[in-house]
Amino acid sequence: MASTHSSDSTNGDSAADNSVTEGDSTRPSDHMDAPAPAPQSKVQQPRLSLAGYARFFWRQLTSMRTALFLLLLLAVAAIPGSLVPQITSDPNGVIAYRTNYPDTAAVLDFFQVFNTYTSVWFSSIYLLLFISLIGCVLPRTKHHFDALRASPPKTPARLSRLQGFTTRTTEADVDTTIASARRLLRSQRYRTELYGDSVSAERGYLRETGNLVFHAALVGVLVTVGIGGGFGYTGQRVVVEGYAFSNSLASYDSFNPGRFFTDDALDPYTVALDSFEPVYEQNNRQAIGQAIDFTANVTTTVRGEEPQQSQIKVNEPLSLSGTNLYLLGNGYAPVLTVRDADEKVIWSQPTPCLPFDANLGSTCVIKIPDGLDQQIGMLGFLYPTTGTLSSGALASVYPDLISPVLTLEVYEGDLGLDNGQGSNAYALNTDSLEQVAGRTSEAETLRLTPGDRLELPNGLGSVELASIPRFVSLDVHHDPSQLPVLLFSVLLFGGLITSLFVPRRRMWVSARTDASGTTTIEYAALARGDDPNLEAAVTDFAEKHSQQLGVRVDS
Amino acid sequence: MTETFVSYSLIAVYSAMAIYTLAFVLFAVDLARRSAESSDASAARATGLASASAQQASVMVNGSSAGGTDTLTTAGASESKIVAHSPKSLKLAMAMTVLAWVLHVGAVIFRGVAANRVPWANMFEFTLTATALIVGVFLIVQFWQDLRFLGSFITGFVLIALGVGTSSFYVDVVPLPPALQSAWLVIHVFVASLSTGFFALAASLSIVQLMQARREAGKALKLRFLDTLPAADRLETLAYRLTVVGFVMWTFTLIAGAVWAERAWGRYWGWDTKEVWTFIIWTLYAGYIHARATRGWRGSRSAWLAIVGFLAIVFNFTIVNLFFKGLHAYSGL
Repeated sequence: MASTHSSDSTNGDSAADNSVTEGDSTRPSDHMDAPAPAPQSKVQQPRLSLAGYARFFWRQLTSMRTALFLLLLLAVAAIPGSLVPQITSDPNGVIAYRTNYPDTAAVLDFFQVFNTYTSVWFSSIYLLLFISLIGCVLPRTKHHFDALRASPPKTPARLSRLQGFTTRTTEADVDTTIASARRLLRSQRYRTELYGDSVSAERGYLRETGNLVFHAALVGVLVTVGIGGGFGYTGQRVVVEGYAFSNSLASYDSFNPGRFFTDDALDPYTVALDSFEPVYEQNNRQAIGQAIDFTANVTTTVRGEEPQQSQIKVNEPLSLSGTNLYLLGNGYAPVLTVRDADEKVIWSQPTPCLPFDANLGSTCVIKIPDGLDQQIGMLGFLYPTTGTLSSGALASVYPDLISPVLTLEVYEGDLGLDNGQGSNAYALNTDSLEQVAGRTSEAETLRLTPGDRLELPNGLGSVELASIPRFVSLDVHHDPSQLPVLLFSVLLFGGLITSLFVPRRRMWVSARTDASGTTTIEYAALARGDDPNLEAAVTDFAEKHSQQLGVRVDS
Repeated sequence: MTETFVSYSLIAVYSAMAIYTLAFVLFAVDLARRSAESSDASAARATGLASASAQQASVMVNGSSAGGTDTLTTAGASESKIVAHSPKSLKLAMAMTVLAWVLHVGAVIFRGVAANRVPWANMFEFTLTATALIVGVFLIVQFWQDLRFLGSFITGFVLIALGVGTSSFYVDVVPLPPALQSAWLVIHVFVASLSTGFFALAASLSIVQLMQARREAGKALKLRFLDTLPAADRLETLAYRLTVVGFVMWTFTLIAGAVWAERAWGRYWGWDTKEVWTFIIWTLYAGYIHARATRGWRGSRSAWLAIVGFLAIVFNFTIVNLFFKGLHAYSGL
């Protein structure tokens, strides 16, 4: 008889009496619930066949120790991705890192550290972990399914060895006593079975159900992220007030399709930015100019429907034809009109400028390859509310458009656009350009306020700052995995709670009548898993049962 | 008005810190008292046994067994008394902690009123609120279990956190940036902070558990107060139950954070540095729960995992917030 450590069972799964709990053979061999391993003798091991090795390997992979090791390894493996910029979340950081530390970057590239979370090594760890998980959960699911239809196990011979053992006496006969105990157990949602003059009961199957649901939902999350994510796409687009963009491949500034993306997945619609309204703090002296609200007013047109007016805000994306539109950035896009020496307009369009500080001081790059005698490049600084630093330099002191100034340095020469290589629209490569107006040239930097028109140097023509509309950068996302991932997460959470907090316990009530006609009732229970209230539950049950029988409490 | 409430909040938090300090000292005194009484008790036990055996020897002569049994019973009773009676220093320490906590919660509320929003939108406010929750969990858990012996650990930890928070993390009240204007700020951050409270208490239990396990293994530890504390496996059970509650909340934090991230940033998961560390912490505690179900890992090994998990939380809150680049850039510093 192996009823050695029944006192242990409150704080865990370590089963008490083998005649009662028979161990859980579907658990990994090193799980607390599994039968204790037989002492190993030092006999020479027989040679393993190929299948034997496979079985050995599978047992190792699905053991608790391996699962634990892989879990901890996963935690450690996730660390590098937080130390080094990642291509997906911080592409500019990666570019900067490669420029600053080319040697380290080469090593990191070799180990795919810039793509930690899709790297071969990180993927191997979580795939092994999930294989181990599935290998562990499948047999348990079958076992649990059987257990759900099986009867509670036989009443152990000696209840006094078990948890919460207590006795009462009654004048009622054994049959009445056991029948009423069974009724009471059933009303407490126990599953019951009669064995002779005793009733055996078990409850809390939901604990194991929850555990299995939790693990299955984890697999569900992984699979839907892996597959569902492949059908999605994300696109970025800068839209200036008064302009529109259409949901088609050509109109995006950048576009990241999923693995299984096809062009016809784009539902054609247009979004026009009617206005963009920021609100900045004006009263709190500690936070003057801090953004407190952004609203993009848009008109959307889905094919075959009437145009609709809507709003996009931070935290309030717009849903449109299965996509979500997010407001992720904003700034100014001054409209410059450039005329040649004959007053002919050769350029008139907004130029989105990249903000470089919180007050939306921004850099603007304008490239005019055609129409003038020379190719012209202009490097501008826009100050929405202009102030002067003690050094005399201009700076923006408030992000709203109160006293804007645009300064322009003008370059002429070869813009480098004709060599067939793509170039960054937001940067000006001055290698083959000569500054004709600015700090290092004879002519001074051009300085414009809205409505101003200034001559370009060398009689090239003129430039006019017509107006300063705002732009927004919109992210368009289509991710069919979202809803299934959310559903699996809810299942996961529900499963977790039931698997941790629903007590699974067995309870037995046994009765016998002595020669004087007094019936002695014995109560005892066994925890399966952490069960802080087990003893109280037995006492409560015994009390209730006694009251029902109208017994006198055993003295 | 804002300035008035901000100063009320600061006065309240500084007062709370002063009283926490008193409570910390009193808890330490209590530990010292436990050490002293425990050595008294073992001395008493030794003399008791000696006199008992002496009397038993005389019993042989007298032919009466009553005297010996009496002496043994008395020695046993005086030993159990140490655990049962609650001395003045401990009662006073708890009273001080409650008083400090009331002021602390007052500071949190004043800060919220001053800012006209939930008081957890920058590092200073996170620290203020999370420490209030840690002490709150410590106090409420006493109704379930007597864990007052953790008082010096908890008040000490909270004092250090508040000290750093008020001196290094302090920022003035500023309005919420658009990305934080969401109901999820209330839910996600609050549940994250509350789970920290459970993890903190569990980690301190795990530390005591490790010390207790060393003592039980016969290693010389000059901390005699351990005699008066629960056994290592009992401490482990308590730590496990608190950790499990924290883990459920942490799981919720993760899911709620993902839902919010989808609204605010357009994707529910993007391996942002803070997301990475939330995931690492989740995985560590998942490992802890598995370790407790693995042969050979229950006991001290799993306790170490719980402690590493809590260190990761502290790391996530301080180093990741301050030095790692990412989207969760709300330290206000």
